[in-house]
Amino acid sequence: MSLHATTSKFESAVLEHLDAAHNLARWLMRNDQDAQDVVQEACMRALRSFDSFRGGDFRAWFLTIVRNTSFTSLRRNKTSTIAAGEQSLEVGAEVAADPEVYDPEAIAIRAANVNWVRRAIDALPEALREVVVLREMEGLSYKEIGRVAGVPIGTVMSRLARGRTQLQTLLVEMDQSEPRTTARESAR
Amino acid sequence: MNCDEVRQLLHAYIDDELDIAAALQIERHLPDCPKCRKEVEAAQVVRTAVAQPAIYYPASAALRDRLKLAIRSEAGEMEAEPKAGLFTAWRKRPMAFSGLAASLLLIIGSLFLIFPSGAPRGQVDELIGSHVRSLEADHLLDVASTDLHTVKPWFAGKLDFSPPVLDLAAEGYPLIGGRLDYLGQQKVAALIYRRNKHVINLFIWPGEGSSQTQTGRGINLIRFECKGMICWAVSDLNAGELQQFADLFKAQKAVSTRY
Repeated sequence: MSLHATTSKFESAVLEHLDAAHNLARWLMRNDQDAQDVVQEACMRALRSFDSFRGGDFRAWFLTIVRNTSFTSLRRNKTSTIAAGEQSLEVGAEVAADPEVYDPEAIAIRAANVNWVRRAIDALPEALREVVVLREMEGLSYKEIGRVAGVPIGTVMSRLARGRTQLQTLLVEMDQSEPRTTARESAR
Repeated sequence: MNCDEVRQLLHAYIDDELDIAAALQIERHLPDCPKCRKEVEAAQVVRTAVAQPAIYYPASAALRDRLKLAIRSEAGEMEAEPKAGLFTAWRKRPMAFSGLAASLLLIIGSLFLIFPSGAPRGQVDELIGSHVRSLEADHLLDVASTDLHTVKPWFAGKLDFSPPVLDLAAEGYPLIGGRLDYLGQQKVAALIYRRNKHVINLFIWPGEGSSQTQTGRGINLIRFECKGMICWAVSDLNAGELQQFADLFKAQKAVSTRY
């Protein structure tokens, strides 16, 4: 294949998965500008190493680069909480220590507010946030998530369980004084 | 399976990641266990909340356009290096190329003859792209220091060559730091200088070539050779001052200390 054809192939593959790349970067970086910078940097890295992509799942391959670029950037900016998050994850990583299960209806009331859901996701430790985003928003399989995050499938499973449980807690226990989104805004 | 065992696997069950035997065991357990049913229900509510489209952050049209440009600019550089393309093809299908070894050598030889004398257009585009990217937040400096004795050792171990580093503060071009960059597949040193409000990226890698000036997208580029290195000064600074900077950098090499 000519270089030109390779570039077109790369470009259309990147554009196809750009929303997923941006969504992941945005949730990891937690602000627009950093997310855009990370996506562009990841895209250039991917292009330079496209040679080493041996076919298969482009989305998982590209998201891996986006994920790693995000974490590099977070560490560089010293705003990362991953180290602390990892430590707490090591302890009892298999299953959360019998967390309280809230009434689904109570969770549903809070979950109807887009801003609260956003804040709850933002409040998750990075290691849990990334698996929640990859699973619930991108629909990746455990195997694919394991590849992107560089962890075994069992870890994906336990992080996802912890992530969902923590989200319930965060939603229900969230400070209610925060401004509500208007119905119009949440419908957007 | 008892309740604890079920709960270990509940989320994998929800995600349809269990084998049939395990899934059946959980389905047998659920009707008898309100607690586990509640947990499944709560997890489903959370899943639905997180998956709603309003939560999602799609890429903006502006980002899409910016990336298309960046990819094409980068690819232009790759296209200007057919040598790499032939090499890749050869690695993938060595047999098809074995009979062409002699002509391949000739081609590669002629490429080496051609490229040192004139910079490929793609490389100029890439230099401009790299300069523009460097001006975005947090991309400019890997090592921030006005001290050449900090900047120069910083590159050691990151590059297989040692770029010349000069302090030109007295001449009005203060050094502000350095950065590791890539041009094509090649790691290069980038020194960052300032002239008033303008940033100058000085890209350096081993090689030789004649002096040359270029302009593109409002950015001036000057190539010169210094101590066995190719140097590209890239800036939105006016051509005259950028030339002065290039001359200073080149000239001081000749008279000042060796590092």
